[in-house]
Amino acid sequence: MASVSMTINGKAVRANVEPRTLLVEFLREHQRLTGTHVGCDTSQCGACTIHMDGKGVKSCTVLALQCEGAQITTIEGLANGEELHPMQAAFRENHGLQCGYCTPGMIMAAIDIVKRKGHDLDEHVIREELEGNICRCTGYHNIVKSIAAGAKAMRGHAGLQQAAE
Amino acid sequence: MYAFEYVRANSVRGAVSALAKHEDGKILAGGHTLLPTMKQRLASPSALVDLGAIKDLAGIEQRGRSLIIGAMTTHAAVAASDVVKASIPSLAEMAHMIGDPAVRNRGTIGGSIANNDPAADYPAACLALNATIVTNQRKIPASDFFKGLYETALEPGEIIVRVAFKPPSRAAYMKFRNPASRFALVGVFVAKKGSDIRVAVTGAGNQGVFRWRAAEEALAKRFNPKSLDGLKADAGMMNADIHASPDYRAHLVAVMTQRAVAKALGK
Repeated sequence: MASVSMTINGKAVRANVEPRTLLVEFLREHQRLTGTHVGCDTSQCGACTIHMDGKGVKSCTVLALQCEGAQITTIEGLANGEELHPMQAAFRENHGLQCGYCTPGMIMAAIDIVKRKGHDLDEHVIREELEGNICRCTGYHNIVKSIAAGAKAMRGHAGLQQAAE
Repeated sequence: MYAFEYVRANSVRGAVSALAKHEDGKILAGGHTLLPTMKQRLASPSALVDLGAIKDLAGIEQRGRSLIIGAMTTHAAVAASDVVKASIPSLAEMAHMIGDPAVRNRGTIGGSIANNDPAADYPAACLALNATIVTNQRKIPASDFFKGLYETALEPGEIIVRVAFKPPSRAAYMKFRNPASRFALVGVFVAKKGSDIRVAVTGAGNQGVFRWRAAEEALAKRFNPKSLDGLKADAGMMNADIHASPDYRAHLVAVMTQRAVAKALGK
């Protein structure tokens, strides 16, 4: 067992883990933050995407111990109380999900895209940037629509976004 | 994944001594090849020595005529770097073609080169750009570094600290992706620096990355895609798997080389 400290959704966490514990396993099994999903477990599908120090990362391919001192944000850390993050709200309004399994990863990836590419995203950019997130319902049409709307709605929510990080 | 010991190194020297203590120890860089390999139980190192906390291993700078990229620099950092874009734009474009955005946020240049996956992109860039791979012990020219499938010139206890590139006058990378894995079925990096022309091919060779000398000689006469008309790569050197036959890969090598030359010329 080895000790690790990180900040998850603004809360300091310290734990002893077996070295082979993956970050996603640490989040789901140890911290009971089950919003982050495991889809493929081979870093292809993106269902486990979280933010590590503000950047989109696949938590199935990071050891918990590699996150020493890191700021981790999961899907649970986005909303402000009852108020959904603009990207979450956009997915709801545009019906950007079918079964919902890929949704947490899609939303975390979407916010990462906005940070890198700005608030005005055309369909082509969104589809290119979603390369690492797979929706097995193939519901991409509304996911792309949601992300375009969410990106616009995130304008002026920088403060909220930073608070979430 | 089998159990292992984890060591967080705070310096390259510390990493070397940790490796010396664990016979089957391995270096952990971004982990985006090593951890999936361990999950599949294709690798079972006794220990992982994590370089993630050694801050001075990551970073990009132009030092005189050399572009220096630290071993722990991520693909995302290289792709987005204004320094790289100004110095060797084709290298930034190549980094942007690796994996997907989340993978690029973790994967590193040092990890990619040390692993020398026969379908990885960086080995082709290093070979074509005649990069120098700097380790804790010595400087290794790229032409002596890549030794075959997953084989490199690295000795036990030797760690890549940075890679130095000399900007070419013209260069471009063209990649034909496997439509499922998005890895290079064939990737060709072409670079011209004065009269020195290098064509490096990844994804295709049955011994990993290689230089296509016949194309280099043809391009030395005239650096133009037309110089390659009718030139065929040797199918006997190509990899064969369920994704593509040697003949198809050889055909793609010629096509992608022509496209890379055209791109390098801004066509």
